[in-house]
Amino acid sequence: MTDSAWIGAAVSAARPQAVAALLRYFRDLDVAEEAFQEACLRALKSWPINGPPRDPAAWLIFVGRNSALDEMRRRSKNDPLVDEELVSDVDDTEAALAERLDTAAYHDDVLRLLFICCQPDLPATQQIALALRIVSGLSVKEIASAFLVTEAAMAQRITRAKRAMADASVAFETPGPVERAQRLTTVAAMIYLLFNEGYSASGGDAHVRLPLCEEAIRLARLLLRLFPGEGEIMGLAALLLLQHARAAARLDESSNIVLLADQDRQLWDQGLIAEALVLVEKAQRLQQSGPYQLQAEIAAVHARAARPEQTDWSAIDQAYSVLERVQPSPVVTLNRAVAVSKVRGPGAALEMLEPLAAPLAAYFYFHGVKGALLKELGRKTEARAAFSQAIALARTPAEAAHIRSNLDQLESMDSEHPQHEEQAHRKERRP
Amino acid sequence: MFYCILCYNLETELQAWPREKEASVLAHREIVAQGLAAQGRLGPVARLMPTTTAMTMRASRAPLLLDGPFAETKEQLLGFYIVDCRTLDDAIDVARNLVGDTGALEVRPVATFYPGVGLQ
Repeated sequence: MTDSAWIGAAVSAARPQAVAALLRYFRDLDVAEEAFQEACLRALKSWPINGPPRDPAAWLIFVGRNSALDEMRRRSKNDPLVDEELVSDVDDTEAALAERLDTAAYHDDVLRLLFICCQPDLPATQQIALALRIVSGLSVKEIASAFLVTEAAMAQRITRAKRAMADASVAFETPGPVERAQRLTTVAAMIYLLFNEGYSASGGDAHVRLPLCEEAIRLARLLLRLFPGEGEIMGLAALLLLQHARAAARLDESSNIVLLADQDRQLWDQGLIAEALVLVEKAQRLQQSGPYQLQAEIAAVHARAARPEQTDWSAIDQAYSVLERVQPSPVVTLNRAVAVSKVRGPGAALEMLEPLAAPLAAYFYFHGVKGALLKELGRKTEARAAFSQAIALARTPAEAAHIRSNLDQLESMDSEHPQHEEQAHRKERRP
Repeated sequence: MFYCILCYNLETELQAWPREKEASVLAHREIVAQGLAAQGRLGPVARLMPTTTAMTMRASRAPLLLDGPFAETKEQLLGFYIVDCRTLDDAIDVARNLVGDTGALEVRPVATFYPGVGLQ
């Protein structure tokens, strides 16, 4: 690896902690970001000569803080004296750096940095963009291309979001347990949205945008490293890892969606799955199920099945029934209906869909699932109507193409009931 | 004499590496390991999962189980076991039996494992 490449990796790994600590010192995000930039420039000059510091984050915080103080003194008319020593002795004192820095608070520092990106007044996409810019350090250009907008538009969005953020007051004192828990919940939700934005793109041509997913996983792991005893953060990390493990199998060569049952499971990333399954087990030991844990448990059931027919659908049904109590929502019930269709048949699932028709009228997946259940029951005309509604609500070409292939299959079904009956026989024969 | 060579690095930095970097590091180590294996000198090799998957069993009157990796700097890594366990619970039971009344044991799942050539 070239100098600039390893420095790049070291700097980007250290960034959340360094910017967060600088924010605590200066209580001003612009100053903190500038100080970090300056420290990075100095790292580019110093590290290739002196070798990498043992603790890059501590080095960047120390150098960033001193250069910002230096800059403030330079600008200040009252105090024109510049204390060059503060920065010039850096290389000699590197070994003592870690001890001189107040590192005890860094968990809450990083959490605060993530939390200030989650201003409730900002739309979710702006919260995500802000986190990518400030915490992950992605360039405006990179973020713009991930969101499929122009660089200028993204720059404007981020500037506006930053302004909204500056107006909001954020407590810099170490948070109490209740406040810390609230911050964690808010930040976890933002990371989850970030992942979903990458996993199921809400517009544009690309159905899956992997860099957003990878960044979400990096943030989830970061959060888990800071708060290793939080079951819901274990659940969040596990959930993202399990979904991401299937990335290579989710689209075929012509970018069509491949359903879970049809995916080539050889393409699933077993390393990510193994990591996630351990996290699911760790979380279960705490016996405080939350929404992320439950969703991770459901994804884990799929991941454990080497073949689709080995899927333990009743375990999935059970996890969804708990999730329905913990976090009631029509979407959860819709997902449970899919599990129920495997355990008790498409008729029972269709009944569960009835009360969802109004709340999910504009939801692509509702009409997709409804169409699939009706198709399975051989009710072609109704299935066709449901699929047509789904197509109208599709957000990406891949979604539309998937539904269209279902419509084509409907055309080739010759009688009104064949598929369901065949399926029933197959179920009986299964051991 | 057998020597145990332990790998330390900043996990966050590793996770920020580009894929090619990781591949080139692994490829380099693979060449060295193959050379050692050809000379009959290579024992088991393991790569561990991230520390976020770790739990720690600390000795006390009733062994204390903590989430997260072992991170005490005043104590040193003195050795390790590789044990085949079906679940995390099984692994924790093993650690509970091993820990005795002093020190701490970190339970870390293994990501990749090579048995080596079976040193005698």
